[in-house]
Amino acid sequence: MADRDEKELSGAANINRRGLLKCMTWAGTGVVWTLSGGVPRTLGLIGGAAAAEAPQGELTFVQISDSHIGFHLPPNPDPRATLTEAIDKIKGMPTQPAFLIHTGDISHLSKEEEWDVADQVIKSANKQVFYIPGEHDVADAENGKAYLARYGKNTNGKGWYSFDMAGVHFIGLINVFEFQPGFKSAGLAKIGDEQLEWLEKDVAGRSASAPIVLMAHLPLWTIYEQWGWGTADAGRALGYLKRFGSVTVLNGHIHQVIQKVEGNVTFHTAASTAFPQPAPGTAPAPGPMKEVPAGELHKYLGIRTVNYVRGKGAPALIDSTLVA
Amino acid sequence: MLTTISSAPHRRRIGMVFGAVGLTALLVAALPELTAAGEAVVAAAATPASVKIDNFTFAPATLTVTAGTTVTWKNEDDSPHRIGDKNGTFKSAALDTDDTFSHTFAGPGEYPYICTIHPYMVGKIIVKPAKPAS
Repeated sequence: MADRDEKELSGAANINRRGLLKCMTWAGTGVVWTLSGGVPRTLGLIGGAAAAEAPQGELTFVQISDSHIGFHLPPNPDPRATLTEAIDKIKGMPTQPAFLIHTGDISHLSKEEEWDVADQVIKSANKQVFYIPGEHDVADAENGKAYLARYGKNTNGKGWYSFDMAGVHFIGLINVFEFQPGFKSAGLAKIGDEQLEWLEKDVAGRSASAPIVLMAHLPLWTIYEQWGWGTADAGRALGYLKRFGSVTVLNGHIHQVIQKVEGNVTFHTAASTAFPQPAPGTAPAPGPMKEVPAGELHKYLGIRTVNYVRGKGAPALIDSTLVA
Repeated sequence: MLTTISSAPHRRRIGMVFGAVGLTALLVAALPELTAAGEAVVAAAATPASVKIDNFTFAPATLTVTAGTTVTWKNEDDSPHRIGDKNGTFKSAALDTDDTFSHTFAGPGEYPYICTIHPYMVGKIIVKPAKPAS
């Protein structure tokens, strides 16, 4: 199993020095993460690297997450401004992404005016955007009706969908409508039976060599049960994907980058564009890290670039902070 | 069933700080007695009962009131929360910081509830029958 992991990961990691330098130039400015033998490690801050040698992947897209438009408290009273910085960063990328994904909590309180602001900022990137909701996007009095009316067109059930791009199969899972309440067991998110049945059918008959990207707002592995950072029925979803050679899970919700490798599945949570949350268990509660000084905020915020090269299996992921 | 949600405009926060002394006096007068187990009992139906939401917890976690009592939840946290009971008897909209939600408990019973945004946050309202007037 260990050998297999290493073999699969060598495709993703691009660990040799030349590959690494390419990654660094491509990233421009920010923190570069890479996977080395299954253990993610950060390569440090890079400033002002030239973009001349940007690798030409067959598919590059960018993940943004947790823009929380409408949040108004420390450490970030103006998440519109930081979302704008994230979008400007994308616009300045030497290899322009084919599209963007937003992994939820677009808004803070499911208000139309919050989504209006987010849409206005994001559309300046001039890219197609695939959204999934966070729990903050379905917190209206009618349990997500407003989100689905606005973002859920041409989707299945309560907003889930899939699509194919450059040979990669993308699945937008929704785990903010159902949950397992914390009365007697851990309070966690749920995908729900109806959606799981859809997922099973959606991937049935697909070639196991097709890379899969699974998007969901809450993490699909239990990062920290005490804070509800997990999905109770994620195991069933991942079970349907066991036979696939490369499964990349992209989550938001916890406002920080945490990664894990399990067989052919790599799990990645993303930074927020609005405010950081504490590392699991390091604070009494998972609320915004209000103590972060204004000058430090951008170190905690970021975007993620995902780059697929045909025949290489798992994608290369680069997390960049919003530090100018 | 009566439910009320009141939104506190964020602009008013400074005003609220100045008003805090008076508010504290009111709250102290209305505060239910806490038992060693952290459970609160509100004896008279006329007494307002309140649950504070802070640091992703409900305080008190279990509140006992008599039938007819109006319970008010106030979100004093930096994160929005949303009250919803297990049986669908009452449900608030998302409460932003400083927003409140009230619900009047007409009938006796136990009402376990959660924050539907953070389902690991749990609380319970126990409603005792109102004492017949003597």
